[in-house]
Amino acid sequence: MSLQIPYEVTPRLDTGVNNAKLGIWLFLASEIMLFGGLFAAYVFLRMGAESWPGLEIPYTGEMATRADQILNVPLATLNTMILIGSSVTMVMAWASLKMDKFSRYKLYMGLTILLALAFLVVKAFEYGDKFDHHFYPSTNNFLGVYFVLTGLHAIHVTGGIIVNAWFWGPGTKMWTQGTAHDKAHFANRIEVAGLYWHFVDLVWIFLFPTIYLI
Amino acid sequence: MMADHHSSSHEHKQGFWRTYWFSTDHKVIGIQYGITALLFLLFGFGLMLLMRWQLATPGVEIPLLGALTPEMYNQFGAMHGTIMVFLGIVPLAVGAFGNYVVPLQIGAPDMAFPRLNMASYHFFFWGGVVMLASFFVPEGAAKAGWTSYPPLADIETMGQTMWLWGMVLLITSSLLGAVNFITTIIQLRAEGMTFYRMPFFVWAQFITAFLLLLAFPPLEAAGFLQLADRLLDTSFFLPSGLVTTDGPLEVAGGGSPLLWQHLFWFLAHPEVYVLILPAMGIVAEVIANNTRKPLWGYRLMVNSLIFLGFMSFIVWAHHMFITGMGTAISAFFQITTMIISIPSVVILSALFLTLRGGSIRFTVPMLFALGFLPMFGIGGLTGLPLGFAATDIPLHDTYYVIGHFHYVVAPGTILAMFAGIYYWFPKITGRSLNNTLGHIHFWGSIVSMNLIFFPMLIQGMAGVSRRLFDGGITYSFSEGVMHYNTLMSVAAFALLLFQIPFLVNFFMSLKRGKKTTSDNHWAATTLEWSATPTPPVAHGNFETVPTVYRGPYEYSVPGHPTDFLSQDAAPPAAAEAVAADELVEV
Repeated sequence: MSLQIPYEVTPRLDTGVNNAKLGIWLFLASEIMLFGGLFAAYVFLRMGAESWPGLEIPYTGEMATRADQILNVPLATLNTMILIGSSVTMVMAWASLKMDKFSRYKLYMGLTILLALAFLVVKAFEYGDKFDHHFYPSTNNFLGVYFVLTGLHAIHVTGGIIVNAWFWGPGTKMWTQGTAHDKAHFANRIEVAGLYWHFVDLVWIFLFPTIYLI
Repeated sequence: MMADHHSSSHEHKQGFWRTYWFSTDHKVIGIQYGITALLFLLFGFGLMLLMRWQLATPGVEIPLLGALTPEMYNQFGAMHGTIMVFLGIVPLAVGAFGNYVVPLQIGAPDMAFPRLNMASYHFFFWGGVVMLASFFVPEGAAKAGWTSYPPLADIETMGQTMWLWGMVLLITSSLLGAVNFITTIIQLRAEGMTFYRMPFFVWAQFITAFLLLLAFPPLEAAGFLQLADRLLDTSFFLPSGLVTTDGPLEVAGGGSPLLWQHLFWFLAHPEVYVLILPAMGIVAEVIANNTRKPLWGYRLMVNSLIFLGFMSFIVWAHHMFITGMGTAISAFFQITTMIISIPSVVILSALFLTLRGGSIRFTVPMLFALGFLPMFGIGGLTGLPLGFAATDIPLHDTYYVIGHFHYVVAPGTILAMFAGIYYWFPKITGRSLNNTLGHIHFWGSIVSMNLIFFPMLIQGMAGVSRRLFDGGITYSFSEGVMHYNTLMSVAAFALLLFQIPFLVNFFMSLKRGKKTTSDNHWAATTLEWSATPTPPVAHGNFETVPTVYRGPYEYSVPGHPTDFLSQDAAPPAAAEAVAADELVEV
């Protein structure tokens, strides 16, 4: 393929961005509409619900009056820390490339992936705990919203892990065997992957208080 | 400045699959979209013919298929709508015309993300395959209408699940396409191609892409929730206490069917503009070209288009006046609906005013474009009574609604699509379509379409409901208007017959059509005609990247030797300095 698309790597002067950066922002705009639709559905369902969360607290048998009596706030707080941490290492990975320090890039990108996996493991424990108490998506709409929103978020995390793992492993050929131009291109890709990753982080930061705390 | 980097690898011959199926060339992808979409349109039209057979002669057996059952009728109805909207018109208007024409019109070598473009087509294709396959699962395809309203859709048979997965694929396809179009239009405009020098068609695609980008995800969200309802037994859309023919429904309840309607129409109203804006774009190109005049009020039209795009996000609940949302909400959506009619009227009026004083060439594309104007006018005007809650309540879910939106989409958008095919066919193939067959196609189509859809307005005003298997024959109030069903059904089959000249013309002209004598077949001003040979350069579109010096519709410029002045025609040396200054300003 010899066709070269303009502004793949260098920004266009009058718009100030390269193609991929504009593209990822547009993609994120549509993602905001996706999660926005789900948050709107949450508000709509909660406003129409007779009680929220509408479940009995495990062991005590009393009716819960707050979401945090059902959901595990400490684990979710831990997960919040983990995701924010992974956002920091993601930025460090990109900065390392910009400073031409490839081994540090490998370290930070590896950390990002490990933290993301840790997030999913914690999430799996949380889900398992819910199932142990016979809390399923079909139990009521509070749990339905909880599972669908956090589940869709977990799918986004998984997508991020796949992309980042590619850029940590086979994708690095573009840097190790490439020209200066390819290296710049690779750094741009990490920046774009980072923008997505921060978005996934941000969705969680909205999900956490909305579902667990209020 | 234009190209960052020139790869040294020289071109080599690619295999069949790479060239025609997994192509990353926007022109090939555009043609892929076009052919697939035309096939889907024909298939969706076929479903409609079976339904019209049933409506004209209830219970009479169809050759090879037998008599239609109510279940089949419901499947055909739901899938006709779904296929026409999501697999027919949108892929044709955006996927085919947008893909083929937009990069050429803005002077770009390809789309910004060629591989995403390829992926977009394949998501669309497999989404279509899933939809078609759903006819063959137990108890057939989705039967809950193209709107898939719960609770019915939640408790529907397996076809509905297939419908939802199909939609997820189609939404992914349109998302990738929308990101690509917007990025291409913002980033890859040639030098001098400022936003207000872009052809109206490009503007229409630009706004359409924003609508697809931002309106589709809420439907995807709703689709996920419905999938959860169907597969995980949640009750997002199921209220408490539902009873079906099998007894009480064993679900948690507490959900809201209205929630689906809000999320669905949040997409589906902008979707209406996705169907109509590219059509307006094509019509604007064809009318300017064939009146040999600049568009009347180009900037006004573009600004109306932008306003229309914004407004289309806050009118959705006018589809829901009878749901009991409350008068305050109804009042809000009535007002926004009346406001959004203004920019549509402005654009339509501007197109009519463009005709005034032009020396009109009645070419075949021009006939179709001229046909679009009054048909879209009828479609728009019949929509006004549906925009007011008071007049909408008796008309809701009647054939009046069907007549209204078909006037917008069938004689409206589809005529515009044909205008586009006749207009750009010579560009794509280097041969022109036959004129006589084109005339037969146009006159036959427009007359039969009116005979199909106008009686629907009459039936609807008499109160005949849509989606009735027998057409409403058992209701006494419909007695006086039932005889129209015969006329409508005969006209529908006539419409099929009048597509034969088009099909013959299409395939015959591919091989034996008259070769175009000039690269600029229609003596047009826009880059796809003036800056690249016919058919265009296969790889990269242009031999040299064009520079743009002026707006898109410089027809009949006083003092110029020809009646068109191309966007990329270099001005005389004296004016060159001025043009250079303009470029710096950009």
